Parts: sequence; structure tokens; C-alpha cells
Amino acid sequence: MAWRRASWRYVATLLLPIPFFIISLFVGTYPIPPDAAVSVLVLKIFPFLGQPTTPQIYETIIFDIRLPRIILAIAGGIALSVSGASLQGLFRNPLVDSYILGVSAGAGLGAALAIAFLPDLPGSAQILSFALGFAAFLTTYFVAKNRGETPVVSLVLAGIIVTALFSAALSIIKFFTDVNRLAGVVYWLMGSLAVSGWEEVLQVLPLITVAFIVLFMMRWRINVLSLGEEEAKALGVKIERDRFIVLAASTLMVSAFVSVAGVIGWIGLVVPHTVRMLLRTPDNRVVIPISASLGAVFMLLADDLARSIASFELPVGVITTVIGAPFFLYLLKRRGGVVWK
Amino acid sequence: MEIIRAHRLSFSYGSDFSLSEISLSVGEGEVVALLGPNGSGKTTLLRCMNSLVIPPPATVFVKSKDILTYPQNELAKKIGYVPQSHNPSFPFTVFDAVLMGRASHLSIFQLPSRHDEDVAELSLKMVGIYHLKDRVYTQISGGEKQLVLIARALAQEPEALLLDEPTAHLDFRNQVSVLKVIRKLGRERNLAVLMSLHEPNLALLFSDKVAIMNGGRIAAFGEAKSVVTKENIEMNYGIEVESVQKGGISYLVPKV
Repeated sequence: MAWRRASWRYVATLLLPIPFFIISLFVGTYPIPPDAAVSVLVLKIFPFLGQPTTPQIYETIIFDIRLPRIILAIAGGIALSVSGASLQGLFRNPLVDSYILGVSAGAGLGAALAIAFLPDLPGSAQILSFALGFAAFLTTYFVAKNRGETPVVSLVLAGIIVTALFSAALSIIKFFTDVNRLAGVVYWLMGSLAVSGWEEVLQVLPLITVAFIVLFMMRWRINVLSLGEEEAKALGVKIERDRFIVLAASTLMVSAFVSVAGVIGWIGLVVPHTVRMLLRTPDNRVVIPISASLGAVFMLLADDLARSIASFELPVGVITTVIGAPFFLYLLKRRGGVVWK
Repeated sequence: MEIIRAHRLSFSYGSDFSLSEISLSVGEGEVVALLGPNGSGKTTLLRCMNSLVIPPPATVFVKSKDILTYPQNELAKKIGYVPQSHNPSFPFTVFDAVLMGRASHLSIFQLPSRHDEDVAELSLKMVGIYHLKDRVYTQISGGEKQLVLIARALAQEPEALLLDEPTAHLDFRNQVSVLKVIRKLGRERNLAVLMSLHEPNLALLFSDKVAIMNGGRIAAFGEAKSVVTKENIEMNYGIEVESVQKGGISYLVPKV
């Protein structure tokens, strides 16, 4: 039986990121006892309760290092999984993720350009990767557009072409870049939240929030779009307009996140798919909110692992792949992909 | 009252598929069947009548207004379209599938309300499949799927229904039950119905008027009995048939 909205397990799943948020504050190379972390947090929010008795360094680590990073992880998990769920509906295909429209290749090229040629300009990697990530999507969209229509098949093909071209340009830059900067490019491409601070949060959070609200409000409309172009049109949907809004909002949130964290794969694929199997319904009225919640949890967990399983920091993109790919395989084998026909 | 009308409609995709000078109208409570060989333009005509493909200006009229003047969502409140083949990608429940018929009544950011759910339930009851409400759409039979699509079109609260081969891929029993539902909707809900069919005898049994199409033209149009004749069928399908009288109706049986 499909999950009902307003059932206890639905609400509990929506609230699941909260405990993971708190646990993540304790995790890291610098040991902070949980009780100290909680007291630092409580006293920061309710300063009238008294003066902190814990060392000042605790507050710095929790508020200037861990908290922005946790917020970014949550925002990124939401961005990747919600855009994945939306695009899978739009493309009527389970193997679509947030990167199908060329965003990752565009963002990668932007970051590489900045790292290779503008290493002294602060923020250039973020700005260029966001700009080129979104530009890659627009290129895909307008290449696919023909006589006022953008069929899904054309979008997929155009996405492949644009990805190939941007990747080729990225290869050329890698080829001509000196070894030290090349290492920076490669590390960026693996995806990591290591450099995130409040500045990055302020850059990307508004974009992700706006795009999320748009997709969240369109969650039932995405059901109708998943019937395919012709049927949606016959049901009275302005297909070109609605499709562009879903594409643009999805790309906007993903480009924003990728611009600060690099290309982190598999979340957009694994999370919505798991959610559909768990909820036993493809209804985006519940799939999109639960994907947001579990996407945030998955990303928090992956980032906690990235900063705690080794004495040095691992790229979180590697961890999401190492967890995500086998888990996806397990789901497909166990359930025979029943959620898809 | 006349609901949809084609007036000297000519249309072509490229060189092959085309319609020329089609004139046809369907009134309230009237069931019109389109017959004709494969490739004669039945589907193209239905698609033009719903502006799924855009007809030339002033050739298709919905309630006396040019179809091109209707925004997409307004048109969907007048005309319900039941497509020929349906490959859903997601296993929505029957109820959720029918609920999607409400899209034209809701803005892009709106969720269906209690009222929309009531309309969807009523539509399920009208076609007699309320008991399938919670079943998964991809797991029901072909005849039941067709009824779900009809219920979804009804949830649009339209004044006309266009159906592209509603009996395709159905067994004999299901063909009859789907057509019974369609005829009942015409009679009881006063809907204007235009559907394409392959079997002339079913057209005789279940429609008021018949149009025979051939090579993108209307070869004959009028009362079912006067159009589905030995001569018309032989000429347009290119086969020989025999006429068999039963209860005042001349059914046609192919000579083999």
C-alpha cells in the first residue's frame, strides 16, 4: 500500500534530517564531545541562558567550519535528489539524472578555466562553473528546440552532444595546464565540500531555495508531464512553458551546488528511485518531499564519512558513488525494477 | 447543438499524410464513427480536431469559435481526448491517473483539491470502474485501461470526446463493453462523440452517424445505416462483402 500523506511514517521521514544534522556537528577530525557541542549550539541560539564554559575553539569549529558545511550538504542533497526526481518525471526515464543536460560538463569546464587561468581571483571557480553549467543547459535546450517544440528525445541527444563538446574543451585545458593546477582541476571534479564556508552558503542557498520552492509547488504538475508530451497537451497543459520551468529550476539548483562542491554523482539517481520503491507510488506529491528529505540525509552521511573514515579528507563524490552504485544494483535486483512497469 | 465542426479542412504533415477538404460536424449527444482503411487520415483528423496538430485558421470550430483562439487549458475543458495507445512510464494508481484529467482546471502550481477528487471519483463511477480505484494502472487489463482513459477524459468535464480507435487491441467482449460505455456517455451526458473504428458492424451498432474516410477525404457521411452499405464498404476498403439482414439492420460480412 502506498504511503499516505500525513501518516506518521511520512512525517517521521520528512523530519529525519534533523537527527542527522545534529550528529554531523560532532563528526570531524577535531574531537568535540557531544554534550559540549550541544551546549555550544544551545547557548548560541539562546544566549540568555548563560555564558559558554567550553573552549572558544569549539564554537569556531562548530559555527565557522562544520555548520556551513552541513547546511551546504543538506542543500546539495536536496538539489540533486529533487532535480533528479523532477527530471525523471519529465523525461519518463529512470536512468536520467541532474547531469543529463550537460550541466556537469559545463560546470567542470568553468571550474577548470578558472583554476587554470584565473588562480588568483577568489571565487572565480564558483562563478565560472555556475555560469558555464547553466550555459550548457541553455545550449542543450536551444539546440533541441525546433519549430517551437523541444521533444524529449531531442533534449537527450542535444545533452549528449553538448556534454561531449564541453568535455573535449575540458580535456584541452587539462592537457595544457601545469601539473599543480591540474591536480586542483582533478580534485574539483571529484566533488568535495571541504572548502565550504558561510560565503559559499550565501552564494548558493538562495538559488537552491527558490528553485526548490518552484519544483515543490509543481510536484503534481510533474505527474501530468510524466504522461508524455501529447497526453499532457491533450489534458490542457502548456507543455513548452511547463517543461522549460522544470528544466530551468532543476538546472539552476544543480549548477549552484556543483559550483561550490564539484560534480557529486549518483544522488539524483539513487534517492528518487529508492523513494519510489519505498513509498510504492510514483506520485510526485509525496516523492518530491521525501526525496528532498532522504537526499539531505544521504548527503550528510556521505560527507560525515568523507571527513571521518580516514585521517585525511576523502572526496565526497567518491563516497556517494561507492555507496550509491551498489545500492542501486541491489534495489534493481531485489525488486526487479517493479516501480518502472 | 453543434459542438465541433471541421469546415473544408485541408492539412498535411509532409507529402504523405494529408487531409483535403474535410467537412464534418458533431452535435450534442451525437456519436459519430470514423471508418476508413489504414492511412486514410482518421487519426490526423482527430488530432486536428483537438489541435494536437495545428490546423489552418478557420477550418476547425469548437462551439462556433475557431479552435486556434482557444488557449490549451480552455480547449481541454471543452474536448476530452482518448489516445490510441498508451505507454505509461510510471505505475500510478487508477485514481491518480484519472485525477490528472483535472490539470486544465488547475494552475501550474496548484494541487488537486477535494472537489477535483470528487470529480475524478464521479468519472470512475460513470464508466463503471470505481472498484478499480486503488489498483495500479499498469497492472489492469487492456479493456480496463481504455475505460480509465475515458474516465480521465470525463474528469476534464468536456462537452465533446474524441477517441482514437477505442477498441484497438481489445478482445470481442471488451470492445462491446467499451463501446456501450461510450454510447451511454453520448446519450446520458449529452456529449458529442467522435471516434475512429475499424469494424463497420460495430459502427452500425454503436453510432448515430458514420463518416467513411479514404485518401484524406470524406467519401461518405450521414446516418449510420445509410453510410455503412455494401457499395460504400466495397468501394473504400477494396474487398467484397455480403449484406446480412437482422432486426432491420444490414450487417456486412466479408466474402471469403
